[in-house]
Amino acid sequence: MTLPVVKGASYILVHTPDMIVHYGTTCALEHETNPNSELLKKVPEHIRPFEEVVKYAPNQAYIGNILPDELSNIPKPWYKNLMQDATAEGKMGEIVDQDEFYLTIKLSDAFELVMFEKSYLADIKTKAAAKPMYTEKELSKIKEGFEISEIEEKVAAGAEPLYSNHKLVGCVKAAHDKDKNLTSHIIVENLVVKASGVIALKNLIYRNNIPAESIEYVIECSEEACGDMNQRGGGNFAKAICENAGALSATGSDTRGFCAAPTHALINAAALVKAGVYKSVAIVAGGATAKLGMNARDHVAKGLPILEDCLGGFAVLVTENDGVSPVLRTDVVGRHTVGTGSAPQAVMEALITKPLDAVGLKIGDIDKYSVEMQNPEITEPAGAGDVPLANYKMIAALGAKRGDIQKTDMMNFIKEHGMPGFAPTQGHIPSGVPFVGAAREMIMDDKIQRAMIVGKGSLFLGRMTNQFDGVSIVMEKNTGKQESAEAVSKEEIKGMVAEAMKEFASFLLGGK
Amino acid sequence: MMLQDKKVIIIGDRDGIPAPAIEECIKTTGAEVVFASTECFV
Repeated sequence: MTLPVVKGASYILVHTPDMIVHYGTTCALEHETNPNSELLKKVPEHIRPFEEVVKYAPNQAYIGNILPDELSNIPKPWYKNLMQDATAEGKMGEIVDQDEFYLTIKLSDAFELVMFEKSYLADIKTKAAAKPMYTEKELSKIKEGFEISEIEEKVAAGAEPLYSNHKLVGCVKAAHDKDKNLTSHIIVENLVVKASGVIALKNLIYRNNIPAESIEYVIECSEEACGDMNQRGGGNFAKAICENAGALSATGSDTRGFCAAPTHALINAAALVKAGVYKSVAIVAGGATAKLGMNARDHVAKGLPILEDCLGGFAVLVTENDGVSPVLRTDVVGRHTVGTGSAPQAVMEALITKPLDAVGLKIGDIDKYSVEMQNPEITEPAGAGDVPLANYKMIAALGAKRGDIQKTDMMNFIKEHGMPGFAPTQGHIPSGVPFVGAAREMIMDDKIQRAMIVGKGSLFLGRMTNQFDGVSIVMEKNTGKQESAEAVSKEEIKGMVAEAMKEFASFLLGGK
Repeated sequence: MMLQDKKVIIIGDRDGIPAPAIEECIKTTGAEVVFASTECFV
């Protein structure tokens, strides 16, 4: 069986300190309901500078400069024990600052809805020109900016403001005067997910030396919806991202499924490649403004920096088997079905053991499980606990119940087959997929043989069903062996035997 | 016995014990489940 491979992966973070205050739901709701609150007064004191964000060990793990396991060797709290030599450039991606991100938003603005002040725009354009990922051609499309008075006027009339270091530098206008799906707020959210998706896809292309034109199809798997009043959520972020990232030979579509969407997208990409529909499929997602500072109330109350200060993004390229890159086992796919129910044991069986049993693998045969990889330093102060650890405990308990592992070995199993959470709490970003890049590296370096990517999504948040969802797929070391295309399949053998039997029966009946 | 004839509100956790699973347990105690919802805490 010729399996598709994970050819490359990219992971990016965008530090957006001013967006936390204006576009994160926690602070935005506070502005609406309690504008003079203590929280809003204290928030600016708890925002980290870019340098600290870069040196924050979980962020370094996310962009691929350290393996997630290495976080176990760094004393907690990680926000106090910074990696002093860390850089914004990562092996698999980068950490981008807000100025550069605003420029990418402007580059992503196909309908002239984004306005920036003249001198600010000129500055950020010059800064971007120094980076190889921005071409002269695309930067030349940026026209001159506006007077600040014009921007102030638009903001007073309802445009969403864009700040840099608390100073108004731009705004985003509504795309229609009456359409509730094209309000300035929704346009900001959508431009943010598009622009951060563009940065992720560009990083995938640039850091893996992939010819942009070789990508045939892109599946976008974030949690936003773009469309107008007649087709809310019509899409298509994927093609919009391809256009800006230079993937001109690609088309694409959007896959949704809350946090599980990236793993659905990975399985879909693998299926498209395995079926031969496309040779090269990328999955991509940008970040969510709404989740910036989501737990800010608890972080501020407990004297922590606001750790949800970055948008997340990623891209993964799935291609035909190159004989080297780890394969995606399309025959080892777990799924939480409607009939599975919500009992934790049933969920874990559906996602973990059922697909393994089907091919004779045991729980211990998977060297690393990538589950919900939220950074616990973000969630624990807010009372949500260590989410990856909770998931690992359930897998270990299931293993012990089945007799795959000894009950006394459960904690060892968790240590060996799990890893510390390292991803930002950006909804779809931390679910399963953050480890695909590190898994690729570890498998190719012979540190592990197999990893299982598990994505889970809270469908009930959309109020259409009480269910949640989950899917999983296994990544495995490439044996380098390719099955001959001319090999005879089981079906063909059956056909040949049937034909021979028919001929023999005719021979007997005919007495020949 | 502790929950006999009590009214119960259940908030389940998607990454822990979801509400329907807790509800099934509570039903055996003689309590009345007046609200059950699974939430996502991440």
